[in-house]
Formats: sequence, C-alpha cells, structure tokens
Amino acid sequence: MGQITLQGVHKSFGQLDIIKDANLDIEDGSFVVFVGPSGCGKTTLLRLIAGLEDVTGGRILIDGQNVVNVPPAKRGLSMVFQSYALYPHMSVRGNIAFGLKMAGLPRAEIDRKVAAAAATLNLTPYLDRKPRELSGGQRQRVAIGRAIVREPKAFLFDEPLSNLDAALRVQMRMEVTRLQKQLATTAVYVTHDQVEAMTMADRIVVLNAGRVEQYGSPLELYEQPANLFVAGFIGSPKMNFVSGPPADQLGAATIGIRPEHLRIAQEGEGWPGTVSVAEHLGSDTFLYVDGGALGLLTVRGIGEIHLKSGDRVWLSPDPARLHRFDKDGMAIRH
Amino acid sequence: MARRVTARRMVVSTVAAWFFGGLIFFPILWMVLTSFKTELEAFTVPPSFLFFDWTTENYATVQERSDYFLHALNSIVIAGGSTLIAALIAVPAAWSMAFAPTKRTKDILLWMLSTKMMPAVGVLVPIYLLFKNLGLLDTRSGLIAILCLGNLPIVVWMLFTYFKEIPRDILEAARMDGATIRRELTYVLLPMAIPGIASTLLLNLILAWNEAFWTLNLSTSKAAPLTVFIASYSSPEGLFWAKLSAASTMAIAPILVLGWFCQRQLVRGLTFGAVK
Ligand SMILES: Nc1ncnc2c1ncn2[C@@H]1O[C@H](COP(=O)(O)OP(=O)(O)OP(=O)(O)O)[C@@H](O)[C@H]1O
Ligand SMILES: [Mg+2]
Repeated sequence: MGQITLQGVHKSFGQLDIIKDANLDIEDGSFVVFVGPSGCGKTTLLRLIAGLEDVTGGRILIDGQNVVNVPPAKRGLSMVFQSYALYPHMSVRGNIAFGLKMAGLPRAEIDRKVAAAAATLNLTPYLDRKPRELSGGQRQRVAIGRAIVREPKAFLFDEPLSNLDAALRVQMRMEVTRLQKQLATTAVYVTHDQVEAMTMADRIVVLNAGRVEQYGSPLELYEQPANLFVAGFIGSPKMNFVSGPPADQLGAATIGIRPEHLRIAQEGEGWPGTVSVAEHLGSDTFLYVDGGALGLLTVRGIGEIHLKSGDRVWLSPDPARLHRFDKDGMAIRH
Repeated sequence: MARRVTARRMVVSTVAAWFFGGLIFFPILWMVLTSFKTELEAFTVPPSFLFFDWTTENYATVQERSDYFLHALNSIVIAGGSTLIAALIAVPAAWSMAFAPTKRTKDILLWMLSTKMMPAVGVLVPIYLLFKNLGLLDTRSGLIAILCLGNLPIVVWMLFTYFKEIPRDILEAARMDGATIRRELTYVLLPMAIPGIASTLLLNLILAWNEAFWTLNLSTSKAAPLTVFIASYSSPEGLFWAKLSAASTMAIAPILVLGWFCQRQLVRGLTFGAVK
C-alpha cells in the first residue's frame, strides 16, 4: 500500500513561504509527477513527503496515518537523488544492501534480494565495483536499485535523469516507467522536463511559486488547463495568448490557442499576419507569425509547408480548441 | 579528451621531476652523509661526496653525551599527545561546524585563525611566567598543552574543509535507508572522513615533532624533545657539524619512517564518484 495524502501542507524557511497550502491525494500505485519552473518548490515538497524537512503546518498521511512526526526511515519510502548520492566507499552490492542491513534482515535474505534487484536492473556484472568505476547511467541504476530493494510504500524521485545525456534519458525514462508498473508501487517524480512529465505520469501536479495550480492527467492538463499558468506551461511550443477584440467577441479577457490548433487558411479568412521566421523540420513546420495587434503567434503545421519569411498568411483557429480565460486568468468553462 | 603523452615529454618531465626531487632532498641527504664523516672531514673544502672514511663514531658519541632515547620518547609523547588531544577536540568541533552551522560559524573559524596571526615570541614572556607559576616548565604535560593549543586552529580549519566536502545528499540517503545517527556516523560518515582526518593528524604530528620555539624555550632536560637535543650540538663555542648531523638524522628518522608508511593515507579522492 502506498496512498499519500497532503492536507493543507505549508512550509516556510524563516520568513519565506515556500509551500503555501498544498492539498493532494496520491493514489496507491499511481505515478505522479511534480512539474513547475525552477525554484517553485518541487524539491521542497518531495523532501517534506520524505521527511527530510519538517512541515511548518498541515498533515501528511501515508496510508491514512499522519507521519509529520515520523522520521524518514520509518515512513517506508525510498528516494532517488538527483546527484545519485551513492556511498563512495561501498561496492555496488554494499550500496544496494545498505538499507536492508540497517533493517537487520538476515544475511541470506539480503543476498537474495540484492541479486534480484541487480538482475532487474542489469547490474549483476558490476556488483563488486565501486561507484567511481561506473558510468553515469550505471550509477543511476544503482541508485534506483537501492530504492527498489527495500520494497517501499512509494518511490520518491528528484530529477533522477537530469544528469544523463538525451538518448540515455529516453531509455531510462522507459525503464523507470516499466519498473514502476511492474512493481505497482506508488511513485512521486519531480522534473522540470514537461516531456518526461507528459510521458511518464498517470497524473501531473503543476506547481508554481509554492502553489498547486492544477492536478490532473496529462491529457486533462493539455485539453482543459485550469488557468493561464498551466495553459502556458504545458505544451510545446507554448500556447498563443490573444487579448483585445478577438477575446472580447468570445466574452473572455484572454483567449488561448495552441500552435497545433492554428490552421493556415485561405486568403481573407481568419487573422492576417506576416511570417517572420519559418523553421522546417521535415516532420513539422514551425511558423512564427507577426500578427500585428495580436502579437507574435506560433503555428505548428504537420509536414512540410512551403512558406518563407516575409510571406503573407491568414490563420484560422480551431473554434473547438479555443481556451477562454477571465481577467483573473482562470479558465472559463462552458 | 585525455592529454596525449609523447615519449619525449615523458622523458623530459621524468628528468625534471627527479632533478627537483633531488634538489629538495639534497640537504637531507647531505646531512645523512655528513653524519658518517669525521668532524675534520665534515669541514674539508672541496667537500667529499661519497668517498670518505665512513664512520659511525658520531652516533656513538652523541648517544653517550646525551640520552637520545629519553629525548625521542619525549618527542613521541609530546607530539603524539598533543595530536591526540587536538583530534579529540577538533573532530567534534569541525564536525558540528560543517554539519550544523549557525550564523556565527564563519566568525568563530576566523577568530580561531586570527590567534595564529600573532608571532609566538610576542607572548613568550607571559606564557613563560604562567608556566613557571603553574610549575609546568620542563614538563611533558606543559609542552603537550602548548603545542596542542598552538595547532588546534589549523587542525579545526583543515578538518572543517574536509568535512564540508562530504555531500549532504549521501547523509540524507543514509537517513532514508534507515540508518540511526550512530550507524550513519560509523558506516557512512567516518569512512568518507578518514582520509581527511588521517592527513590532518599526520601533518599536525609532523608540525609538533619539529616545533622548536616553545620546546626550546620551555624545556631544558627532563621533558626536552629531540629539537632541544639537536640544538645542544650547535653551540656557540664551535660547531660540531658531524655530530649535529648525526643528532639531526636520529631526530628526523622516526617521523620520516612514519611519513613513508602513511603516504597512502594521505592520498585523497575517496569521495570521487559519489555524486555526478
Ligand atoms: N533550506 C532552505 N533555506 C531557505 N530557502 C530554501 C531552502 N531550500 C529551498 N529554499 C528555497 O525554496 C524555493 C524552492 O526550492 P526548491 O528546491 O524546492 O525548488 P525546485 O522547484 O526544486 O527548483 P529546481 O527545479 O531548480 O530544482 C527556492 O526559492 C529556494 O531558494
Ligand atoms: Mg529541485
């Protein structure tokens, strides 16, 4: 079991309020990702759940039990650090076994579990090496091995892949997801890479300046962002925002339209503009269109579109995919 | 990219390394050689290098005239004792400063160092009087105390910088792994800190072994360490080069041997590979 509930969690460092009233319900076995801009409090929130920081207020429940006064080790969670934090003087075997040793398990059982974890992560040939004799990806796997071997209620990951190169990152992303599904253990994963968030998560928590802006599945966040912040943060390239007359017509302060939902239209239809930059990627074409009073609009077209800088275009938004926001930036639902 | 090492470069740097190594080692070599010469030969110009009548007579004379073993024992007790006490005080102090710093930690460190900025001779008279009134003149415990206090700031500073380098994440990982404070100390922190502690203490031992200002001024015979023993051979009535060399060779031999064996401990880099 690994149900984690945050109720009115609040954290300040001295005068600074870093986490302001976080309420979350993380279901057992789900993969939840915290995303948000740098410094928004993702790591802090994760460390609060881990017990490495004390809450200033509120309650953290694990399987219904309030753990705010329970030390980290007794919470039954395990954590993978961004820096890996392996014990440099111990072998891979020693690193993975350390938690079990601290728990006082019999020797034979430790050996069996370590061997099983190593096999899962393809670490068997490296068991007797020291961390400094491993590559970055292997160190990362040792850190994950150390986390899974204890069979925790939940895994906590703090940007575990950010030190890896792009190709390895994609591979490890799949491995982590597969492992989590296979073990059916709750996972809380911090990242600021939204591709990681969208691909790995069952549900995403979007954090901004210590506040939970929205909590939902990747597609919910994409299709029904709760406010301007989430709308602008999720999706790449960023959503276009337009205010003024086009927004007024729809009874909104601001309207948002994603680049992939803007169509290149016939002459005279929709919003006129001039292409200022065209990026041809083969599979996609990104156009940056100067829309005059509308501002700079980004358009994403599938395949090759034969337009170049200086060309005149008309853009027509897909009416079903328009997002409307009121003057406080909150989404207006129909 | 790894740097390319050509054969020529290799030869040049090897020769240079041996040359400078030899240059630095030469005074010690010369001293050892001189200790095997007769007093007369020690003075000859041009000096003879290897081809002279080797004699161990100086060593015999030196041991006869002054008790080498008493002074050596004093040196061991004083240097060892002051290092041990410094370690007992400095390890916990540096520990708490590195892992539980407060607003004033930096100031305290600087203040401690500032005590080393005053020349020792400036406080000789008050310290001498203190020692005299407390009956500590020419006692081992007095010398242990003064050398320990003198080196403490450096020891704390060095240990502090070593401890500071231990990544916090690793300690937190140990806490997540269920290590109690005691186990965290013994299984994780100590193994990572040992190279730093060992090299600091070895340095402190060498400094205390060779410390000559306080030992010369505060001890005469009973508690006098090897520094005093050496100094007794450079008398104003005339230098005895060969005997002085013999005495010096005997004085540095123990610490040289110790340093040789501790070389490996001094090599750091144990924490490498822990974090990316
Ligand atoms: N121990 C601390 N004392 C004071 N302020 C802190 C402390 N730890 C974090 N903060 C502050 O809290 C804020 C949130 O930090 P946190 O590390 O949670 O950000 P983050 O969302 O993980 O950012 P990143 O994506 O860059 O890792 C930052 O403004 C940081 O300066
Ligand atoms: Mg962070």
